[in-house]
Amino acid sequence: MNINIEVNGKMITAKKGETILSAINRKGISVPTLCYMKDFVPTGACRMCVVEVEGRPNLITACSYPVEEGLRIKTHSPRVVNARKTIIELLLSNHPDDCLYCERNKNCELQTLAEQYNVRERRISGAKNLYKVDQSSASIYRDPAKCILCGRCVRVCEEVEQVTAIDFVGRGNKTIINSAFNKGLNVSSCVNCGQCIMVCPTGALHEIDHVEKVLSAINSNKYVVVQHAPSISVSIAEEFGLKPGTDVAGVMTAALRKIGFKKVFDTSFSADLTIMEESAELIQRIQTGGVLPMFTSCCPAWVKYVEEFRPDMIKNLSSCKSPQQMLGAVIKSYFAEIEGIDRENIYSVSIMPCTAKKFESQREEMTQKGVADIDAVLTTRELVKLIKMYDIDLVNIEPEVTDTPLGTRSSAGKLFGNSGGVMEAALRTAYYKLTGEELKNYKIDEIRGDDKRKELKVSVAGLNLGVAVVSGLTNAEELLKEIEAGRSDIQFIEVMTCPGGCVAGGGQPITFDAKRVKARMKSIYDIDKVDSIKASHQNPEIKEIYEKYFKEPNSEKSHHLLHTHYQKRNVLK
Amino acid sequence: MKTKINEILKKYPQAQRDSLIPLLQDVQEDIGYLSEEAIALIGGYLNIPTSKIYGVATFYNQFRFEPKGKYHVMVCRGTACHVLGSLTVLEAIQSKLKIKAGQTSRDGLFSIEEVACIGACGLAPVLNINGEFHAKVTAEQIDEIIETYRKREE
Ligand code: SF4
Ligand code: SF4
Ligand code: FES
Ligand code: FES
Repeated sequence: MNINIEVNGKMITAKKGETILSAINRKGISVPTLCYMKDFVPTGACRMCVVEVEGRPNLITACSYPVEEGLRIKTHSPRVVNARKTIIELLLSNHPDDCLYCERNKNCELQTLAEQYNVRERRISGAKNLYKVDQSSASIYRDPAKCILCGRCVRVCEEVEQVTAIDFVGRGNKTIINSAFNKGLNVSSCVNCGQCIMVCPTGALHEIDHVEKVLSAINSNKYVVVQHAPSISVSIAEEFGLKPGTDVAGVMTAALRKIGFKKVFDTSFSADLTIMEESAELIQRIQTGGVLPMFTSCCPAWVKYVEEFRPDMIKNLSSCKSPQQMLGAVIKSYFAEIEGIDRENIYSVSIMPCTAKKFESQREEMTQKGVADIDAVLTTRELVKLIKMYDIDLVNIEPEVTDTPLGTRSSAGKLFGNSGGVMEAALRTAYYKLTGEELKNYKIDEIRGDDKRKELKVSVAGLNLGVAVVSGLTNAEELLKEIEAGRSDIQFIEVMTCPGGCVAGGGQPITFDAKRVKARMKSIYDIDKVDSIKASHQNPEIKEIYEKYFKEPNSEKSHHLLHTHYQKRNVLK
Repeated sequence: MKTKINEILKKYPQAQRDSLIPLLQDVQEDIGYLSEEAIALIGGYLNIPTSKIYGVATFYNQFRFEPKGKYHVMVCRGTACHVLGSLTVLEAIQSKLKIKAGQTSRDGLFSIEEVACIGACGLAPVLNINGEFHAKVTAEQIDEIIETYRKREE
């Protein structure tokens, strides 16, 4: 049913039940918002979105107020503009004001609003917030002094991830976002996914910085190598004025060499390695009556979630390390051996779309003889900083190819960046292993796209296989409940914590434009379309590393280097 | 402590989220404060994350997260007491004991709690320390009052 409302003197039609905000946005009219998040139930907490409605004494929050027949709305009357300006001034009154030094300088919603509403003098000055920074986590840095209490992080953590590591603590002007007992994220149930960072309008949340230590490694006598995750090459273009989603793999490799990395490896190569191991493990579990369904283990946030909330299901997790850690282990063993470099002198950096990878790299299990396999993890955002710091012109430099070995990938490995990609890559190789033939139609549409759950039943060589793909831990938990309740038609489950997969990871450039994430996703599928090596087992470097080193998947050597184990975690949950 | 808390939980069969506040009150009544363990157990029982319970509990002044001191100093912050200067009294106690309301001194001897009107407005501002009332208190007297309790321990 349609409803007619008047906005700024013009009639528009709205749909029954929708909010004023959604009706006016559709007509290209915007009002500023802070606490509002698309697809979430509005809370009406910040009042930035207020509009004036004729006949109403009070201003009304557009984000939460449903349209009514005959409403006459003004979105930018002097009264409204003034109210918004005052809200901004109040928010700034206790804000630290150190924009120049702030992580989110030039990319901060509060800063933008202050500019937009012409807040150019301090009319209200309040006592500054004096809160302790929480840098207890391996991944997430929280500065409550910069928090404007919009609650977006709290809601993502609870509603999308079902972790609820943080909440509003205290009351009134002493309210703060914090973990239980203010004890720090490191002892909370936080899984380090960084989705809270992605929604924070200010500099209150960001990753733990690894740029500095990478720079000092590069300027030391260490042998510094780098790997980049599948989604990185399709995610940085937009930060350099190129079309979102453009694949810049070649120039990125060139840039990394200019910065001083001695070798540039591709994590998509070790994604192929993961597929070799994981598909072998799956087939083995199925054929020998092992624990099913098997869960993927590439996502360290998901792994931590299982360790904390589902310790009874730890045995369902694949024992495979993630691609980051597989490559890390291979660099400081195989690569060090063939190049004759002392493994202790290698400094191994990875570039990830992910904050949880920082945590993962510091797990005790990810070390050999007390030396960490990965020494530093840069997020996509940190890579962008590094490239800008070195003044590299990403548009005009010549592309270069990655180093060999450990640099050649199949397009299946590249798919790891998308939700459903690990599954698709695994199915391609599992099919080959079971039938001895290649899949004729590589593209598996059922598990592509951004639905919250994707399921597929296939029958390969007399084996009936049910697979499921979920992203977002709330969606994962829903599936786990079904399995607990007895569902047994699924043998393999891919879980990624970030909705849509790594392309939307917590370490990616901050944007509220969903189209950018879609563009990255599409770019990965486009690469898959044109590449000639479409399955992990076809990758010549994979064949080589098995011939020369691992012999076969699940061999003793691969167990030693490529597999791991998990532990139950007692955290405040 | 665990058994004590489980005893309390038993009094709330089929409890839903709305039992949270009464449960917290019962637990505090029984063990004197809301320990981490207590909150985790309640959370497990009601299926509410600990961060949420902590968030709710810190919204109210009545809940404390540290055990009470041997001497529990209740400072009335009701209207009558406020008008006659209970805020300065509270501040004097806080600076004397070097703790804030809701906290317990390191030696475990003292703790402070802000309370609403305790029905002795004629004597405002009022302190209640382990059941003993101190009437018409001024900030200047705090030192002496606290020291008398401390002496009892010597
Ligand atoms: S990193 Fe993820 S789990 Fe941790 S607080 Fe943020 S949203 Fe929650
Ligand atoms: S930390 Fe950021 S997202 Fe969370 S409430 Fe504060 S300003 Fe909002
Ligand atoms: S955006 Fe509407 S109240 Fe915050
Ligand atoms: S206000 Fe303090 S006793 Fe009534």
